Order: sequence, then structure tokens, then C-alpha cells
Amino acid sequence: MGVVSFPGSLDDRDAVRAVRLAGGEPVALWHADRDLARVDAVVLPGGFSYGDYLRCGAIARFAPVMESIVPAARDGMPVLGICNGLQILCESHLLPGALTRNAGLHFVCRDQRLRIENTATPWTGTYDTGQEIVVPLKSGEGGYTADAETLRRLEDEGRVVARYMGTNPNGSVKDIAGICNEGGNVVGLMPHPEHAVDDLTGPTTDGLAFFASVVSSLVSA
Amino acid sequence: MTVRNEPDVYWGAAGAGGTERPAVELASATSGAGSGATTETTPGATTEAASGATTGRPGGPAGGRATQPRGASTTLDTVRRAAETPDEPQPHAELGLADDEYARIREILGRRPSSSELAMYSVMWSEHCSYKSSKVHLRQFGEKAPESDALLVGIGENAGVVDVGRGYAVTFKIESHNHPSYVEPYHGAATGVGGIVRDILAMGARPVAVMDALRFGPATASDTRRVLPGVVAGIAGYGNCLGLPNIGGEVVFDACYAANPLVNALCVGVMRHEDVKLARAHGAGNKVILLGAGTGPDGIGGASVLASASFDSDAEGSAKRPSVQVGDPFLEKLLVECCLELFAAGLVVGVQDLGAAGLSCATSEMASAGTGGMRIELDVVPLRDSTLATEEILMSESQERMMAVVEPDRVDEFLAVCAKWDVPATVVGEVTEVSPEEAERGGRLVITWQDEVIVDVPPRTLAEEGPVYERPYARPASLDTLQADDPLYGPSALPRPRTGAELRDTLLRLIASPNLSDKTWVTQQYDRYVQGNTVLAMPHDAGMLRIEETAADSGASGSVGIAVSTDGNSRYTRLDPYAGAQLALAEAYRNVAATGARPLAVTDCLNFGSPEDPEVMWQFAEAVRGLADGCQELGIPVTGGNVSFYNQTGETPIHPTPIVGVLGVIGDVRRGLSHGFAKSGATVALLGETHDEFGGSEWAHAVHGHLGGRPPRVDLAAERALASVLVAAAGEELLAAAHDLSDGGLADALAEACLHGGVGCRLVLPERLDPFVALFSESAGRAVVAIRPGAEVRFAVLCAARGVPLTKLGVLGGDALEFDGLFRVSLDALREANESTLPALFD
Repeated sequence: MGVVSFPGSLDDRDAVRAVRLAGGEPVALWHADRDLARVDAVVLPGGFSYGDYLRCGAIARFAPVMESIVPAARDGMPVLGICNGLQILCESHLLPGALTRNAGLHFVCRDQRLRIENTATPWTGTYDTGQEIVVPLKSGEGGYTADAETLRRLEDEGRVVARYMGTNPNGSVKDIAGICNEGGNVVGLMPHPEHAVDDLTGPTTDGLAFFASVVSSLVSA
Repeated sequence: MTVRNEPDVYWGAAGAGGTERPAVELASATSGAGSGATTETTPGATTEAASGATTGRPGGPAGGRATQPRGASTTLDTVRRAAETPDEPQPHAELGLADDEYARIREILGRRPSSSELAMYSVMWSEHCSYKSSKVHLRQFGEKAPESDALLVGIGENAGVVDVGRGYAVTFKIESHNHPSYVEPYHGAATGVGGIVRDILAMGARPVAVMDALRFGPATASDTRRVLPGVVAGIAGYGNCLGLPNIGGEVVFDACYAANPLVNALCVGVMRHEDVKLARAHGAGNKVILLGAGTGPDGIGGASVLASASFDSDAEGSAKRPSVQVGDPFLEKLLVECCLELFAAGLVVGVQDLGAAGLSCATSEMASAGTGGMRIELDVVPLRDSTLATEEILMSESQERMMAVVEPDRVDEFLAVCAKWDVPATVVGEVTEVSPEEAERGGRLVITWQDEVIVDVPPRTLAEEGPVYERPYARPASLDTLQADDPLYGPSALPRPRTGAELRDTLLRLIASPNLSDKTWVTQQYDRYVQGNTVLAMPHDAGMLRIEETAADSGASGSVGIAVSTDGNSRYTRLDPYAGAQLALAEAYRNVAATGARPLAVTDCLNFGSPEDPEVMWQFAEAVRGLADGCQELGIPVTGGNVSFYNQTGETPIHPTPIVGVLGVIGDVRRGLSHGFAKSGATVALLGETHDEFGGSEWAHAVHGHLGGRPPRVDLAAERALASVLVAAAGEELLAAAHDLSDGGLADALAEACLHGGVGCRLVLPERLDPFVALFSESAGRAVVAIRPGAEVRFAVLCAARGVPLTKLGVLGGDALEFDGLFRVSLDALREANESTLPALFD
């Protein structure tokens, strides 16, 4: 499973750790390299790619590695974008909508309760529908937004993968924490499942199933 | 690797992110009084004087490499020109150099300095870079340093390095960025983080965490609403973008910081023993490479030369505020990864970060610590502002820059790694041989501009042989009155709560006070998870990190971890600087031990008023003496730190505020202790002795606005014993939780532990103590623990063997904090009181 490092990626090593703990074989992918090293799935990790200057994810979208990832994702390869990765997926138009600054205008780092609403994606297959999990959320521009038509489609097609529970932490419309594309293979999440894979360092181990799900879906495929 | 204690170059590497409160020698030199801003020049005027027509700007044809500088029609003040025009007047006083200091420069050089040389001496001999007022006192940290096998690199380098076992070394240091954070809170605080991170990087370590000790004016003051959100956002903006977890720190409010907030940033780095790097320019013929950001006009006004002595409210004063550097955390992130790859590939002979005094500092310190010789072509330094004069290029504090020494045949490889990370890098010079005569004089640093020599100085005279002052000091006359526990005005005269209802109200009031209230509003803006190794972060007693991941994976004997805490109580230090500094040390030491880690080493940031005030100087001398004696008694050496003087407004200094950081090691991070009461059934017990001690207490401050009497008694032997019980008990897994007692006493510690873990407790206070004293006294050397069921006997044996008094209080359980026969308060009520304060003030 490939984990891309852009300049300014921060949670890439954490994603590598999560893939390993889930039984997958992590492969480091470099932003300037178009070669995907024959990986079966890709994680776009959190961080501040290219400093998030201009707009979060707006520059990373044009990285050479994305020239390979975008067509592969359109062909069905599982892709998970976490935090900055979600922003990059939206900028790349692999996912609809955009992220705005948090409603409180502050960066927010907290243990966040989520409800998994779509277990039909390769990244969520081992969760139960409606399962509540707690994983860290840490972002400054995490408010999901989209036009009314897009939101209607996301809801109608069951493409809201995860929703915030309790107080909405960042002003996301409809408490949206994660979405997927029409095929379900491209999933973007604002919270960080890769930081909830070990009781020692995370609030729970609830996040591990994202990585275990894709490993088992690839093995059974 | 040997222990290196060099008191003469204590904290030799100057500055991190930039410059602290600047040289007020300016004031004393020009006004003789240092009492105000009336005779100081404005930055603009000084800039003109420093590099205007009279002293010469670089001129002549631009050549192919650098754009023609501003004012090119004027004469470049070369070394040759300086020798030929010995009588040309120079603005040394405006640059902060005293007459005798200027005379000494002329004596060293045997001629007048060129304007570039004068600029270099002025920044390197400033208080900030030379420690000229503090050096004579700081020597005690070396002289009294306890024997320590753990110290790999001691005082005098960018940061100290400590052996934490299994081949790992940890480096850590705390540094102030107070003054810039008042002027421009966001960028002042952000570049404070950036600077200390580069100090840690320069030791060869991967930075793994940051912490911040913050002090602000009253929480309700309107200026605090300007400064605090900016500082917090700046720390978050820079640290989060760098991918460094923020694992702890403090936020304290006191009126004394109203116009002098303190922003002390600490960074921790990890490396293997063999990877330690030192700032040395060795090997004649080796290339000197500048990498990172271009050099711009950042912080030139702040470079200790051009700023005012202290803040005054008049408009003229505000015009003198120095410019604050602007940070680019993205470039710093690239610089970190680039440098670590360069280190790993063995491409670096020596490395130094550029912080305060920029190129002046990096070139002179590296040369001085190496062969003594270096030649730099200043005109090839990449500039962001092509109009900069040579003096400004030498003084600029532009962020995100490093200097490396590289063997000539490795330069191409070096530049290729930089290109991979998109980090600009330029060969700017080389290391040179020095003759025995030159070595005797202090080496030879030559800097050219378009082939003309503009600097030719012995670098040791810049970096190590700056002026040293034995400033007069005197015990404040008012201290006796302040310390006297007057029956009418002292702490014993304050009305105390007696009944259960009064005690309950006092607890709710204290945990809602800004200093004891929940700090989530601040800490949730910091990423504490990134890098995936954070075991404990705020609001725990200390931050704890796993530093060895592989052992855990293989199920070996546990992963090594470290714990770090910073503490400081300026009310105690105001009442008694010697005891106050030791109490800060003891608290940080206790906090580290309360997580189960064994304390190993100390870093400190000493924030004081003007050293020209004998009473402030006395506070400083006493605090340093207290800290050095305390470290000796606790057996943990000071490895480095920082002094920040001139934290005062007009004549009024802040309370003396030594912030002490203690680093500890734990053999198995999975045995680290939380402070939260999370599981019913454990026995709650108090360790240590409680006395009637309310001088400088949070109760006196928050309830009565009172400061007087004496701070709690210091008993370092008792602290050692307590720490050894906690560390041993954690190792044997006897405890479910441990929490140190400090501000707010037992009552506050219990409230925090219950709220954090979510479980209440039913307790009986010891009969021999007045309930108010038992609940709110701030006696040192104490902790509250939750003993695992079944471990009570073994734990009692541990305490008895070490002579630590153990008082059983009750058991964990329920959803309230309950004191038998006194009062009961639900966790919901505690939470409401504790968590509402900061959001109400700052949202």
C-alpha cells in the first residue's frame, strides 16, 4: 500500500505505521515520482503539503505523483485521503466539495466521536454500519462544504462515510467528516484514523479498521 | 564522547529564533542612566548611522553575483579604508557599544573597525549573545554540576545532549521569545518555536516535540485578549505545520506580565549517540554552505542594536520597537528533513543554525570552535532584498537558515540532497588554515564583498571573548516588609474558609480562577498526536514520548521513553528568589517523577528585569545560586538554557521568573503514569508532609489578591525520596495514577485527577490537620496517588524504606469528590467551574 510524501506531509510516517499494524506492506511514494511502484492502494496523508500556501491541497494536486494517482483512482484503485489528503482529493476533483476554515477560526485538536455510515467502501468494510468510533481530529480547515445539489447526491447515494457526533467541531455541513466517490473506492476523511491504532499513543484503536478493511478487501479480491 | 563543561562559553550558541529583549547598554551608554527611552535613537536613525553615508555602504560595480546595493554611490567601508581613516567617527554608542567596549575593539584590531566589523561586534557583544551581565553567575551551573554519567554534551553547545540508554541520546533546550511576542504576538511566538527547533536540529537530532511556558497579564485585561490568542495561534501555526507534537507547558496570568508577556519555547530532539553534531568549522579547505531561506531585512532592528530599552507608553517609544522576524514553517519543515538526510548520509562536518545575530554569529562561532580560520564571500549570499547593505546582511535574523561545513568532494552530493528537498543552498566560503600567530590572536575570519575585504577579525574575540560585567546587586529594601508575616497584613491575617460550605466554595472558586482553570482552549489548538509517539500530553504533569518504537513492536523489554516538564512560580520567586528557583526546579522534577520517569537533566530560561537595576541583579544572582545548588543536591546537571533580561515596563520589572525544564527517562513507556483517576476501587493516598504554608499561594492570589510572606519550605532530600518512590512504584506497576501537588494544593490536584479520569472519590482528611490547610496549603514535596488494589502493602513498604510519609485518604469511586463530614461536590459542578473560564474570556 503506497503512502505519498509531499513536501510538508506530516502524518506520512503515522500512515505507514498504521498500514504495517494492519498487516499491509507500506510503500513510500514520493511526490515528484510518477511511478506508483505497482501498489494496490494509496494513502494521501495529513500535513501541510507545500505549506498549504495558496489553498490547502491546491498545489499538491499538480504534483507528478497525482498524474498517476488520479487515473488509477478513476479506474477503481482504493485511495484514502486523510485531512490534507481529503483536501487534495477535493482539489483534484476525485471528490466533490471543498474545505473551509473551522467555524471557530482556530486549529482544533481533539478526540472526536464519529459514526460510520457507509461500510460498502474498501476502507470501511470491517466496520458495522452505524458504529461509533473515537479518533483524533486535528485541523484548521476542516469545515466540509458543497453546493446543495452535491450534498443532496451525497446523501441520496449514501456517500457520507462518516459523520461527527456531539458538538460539530468545525462547522462541516451536515456534520460530514468523510465522503467517498461514486465508486466508493476513493474515501476522504478529515479525522485521523492512523492516530488511533495503538492504545499507548492514541485515544483508542478504532482507526485501525480503515487500514485492515482495505487489506482484507485486497486479499479477497 | 566526554562531558564538556565550559563555563566561559556557557550557552555559547547565541539565540534561536532571533533576538530577545535587546541591548540596553545602548541606554546606559548614551544616557548613563538606562532609565528610559529619552536619549535613544530610533531604529531609522540608527540604521542610517550604522550603514549610511558616513560609515559607508558597499558600493562599486555590482558584479555578476549580487545586485548593486542601495546607496551604491557611497564608499564601501573596507578594512583597508578603515586602516587609512583611523579618525572617522563611528556610531558605536548608537549600536549599543559602550565607550570602553569600542576602545577594546580598536585595540583588538589595531585600527578602527570597518562598519561591517562594528556591526558584528555590536551584535555579538550584546547582552543577548554575549551573556555579559549573567556570565559570572551562570558559571555556577558548570562549577556545581553534579557528576552525571548521562551527560554527553554539556553547556556551551547549541543544546545539551543526554544519554537515555540503548544507544539513544536526547537533546533539549528552552529559550525565550518574549519581546517579539509582545510586539507581534503571532510571528513573535511562531519564530520562537522555529528558532529553538533549529537549535535542536543543529545537534544532529530529529526534533520530536515542543512545549511552551507562557505568561500573560491579567486574563481579563484587554491587551491579554490581543496577546494570548496571537501567541497561541503563532505557536500552533508554526509547530503544527512543522509536524511537532506540542506535549505540555504552562499558561499563567499575573498583572506583572501585563506589558511583558513571556513566551518560552522548549524543543526536544532524539538521535543515536554517534549522530551528535557540533558547530565546528574543521578542516582547512572544507566548504562553508549556507542553506535555507534567502537573507532579508528581518529582525535587523531587533538584533540587539536598534531597539529601545524598555517599553514606555509614549508614541516615541512605540516607534522604537524592533521589527519582528516572519516565519515560514513550510521551509523549516523542508530544512529539517533535508538536514536529517544530509546528516544520515555523512555529508556534514559541522553545522550551526542561524538565529540571533545571523551570519555574524554563525561564522564567528563556527570558526572559533574549529580551526579558527574562515573566509566568506558575502556577495554570494542569496538575498531577498537586493538593497541590503553588508552590515545588514551580517546582522539579519532571517529565519529558516543553517550553515554547514562540507568536504569539497562531497559538495555535489550535498547540493543534490538540498535540491531534492527544494532547499536553496549556496557555497559561501571555506575553512582556512591559521598561522600560530593568528591562532594566538583568536583565529582569522575574513569576509569579502566583491573581492574587497570588509571584515578581518579574530573570531574568538567575537564569539567567546566578549565583555563580562560584574554588575552591582543589592537585596531589595522592600523585601523584609514583603516577607514579614505581619499579623495584620501577612498571609496569616487573610480570612480563611472554615465550614464545609465555605471550603466547597473556595475549591470551586479556585479551580475556576484563570491560573487553575482548564487550558483546553489553548492546548486544543496544538497538534499533540503528530509523529504518533505521544504517550502523555497536556494536561498531564509532564509530556511523555516513546522514542524507541521497534522494541515495542517486537515485544522486547519495553520501549524507552522520555518525559519533560516545565515549571516556574514567579510569586514564590518574588518572595524569595533562591527558594523560588529551587521550588520551580523541585516542581518540574516532581512532575517528571509523577509520570514514572527518572529525572536526568535540566534546562532553564531565566526571565528577569533590567540587570542594571541592582535589585533585579540580586534576584538574578539569588535565583541562579538557588538553581545551581538545587541541581547539585538533586544530582541533575543543567545542560543549557537562556537568559532574558529587560522584561520590564519603565521602572517596573516583572516578578523574577526562572522557568525550569526537567527531562527524565523511563525504561518502558507502557508503565508511564497518568494523573487521571479512571478506575474505581483504587486507594487514594497522599505522599509527603503538609504544613500551614500560604505565602505566595494561589489561594492568597486568586481569592485575596495578596502576595506576601514566605514561599513553601524547600526540602530537596524529601523531593529525591518522593521521586524515587514514584519511579519505583511505576516500574513495579503498583499505581493506577499519580499527580503532583503544587498550586492550589491537595484540593486542586484531586479535582484535576477526578475530572481528567472521570471517576470521583470519597476521602477522609487527616484529623491532625486543619481542613483548610490540608486542602489548600502548597507545601512542596507532595503527590497524590491511586494505589492499585492489592498493591497497598508493597507500596507502603516502598514509602517506609525511603522515609516518605504516606497518608491514606480513601478510595476511588462515584461521580463526586467527597470529603467525609465536610462537603461533597459533583464532577459535573467541578467541570462546569473548571472549563468555563477561558472560553468565556477568549471566545
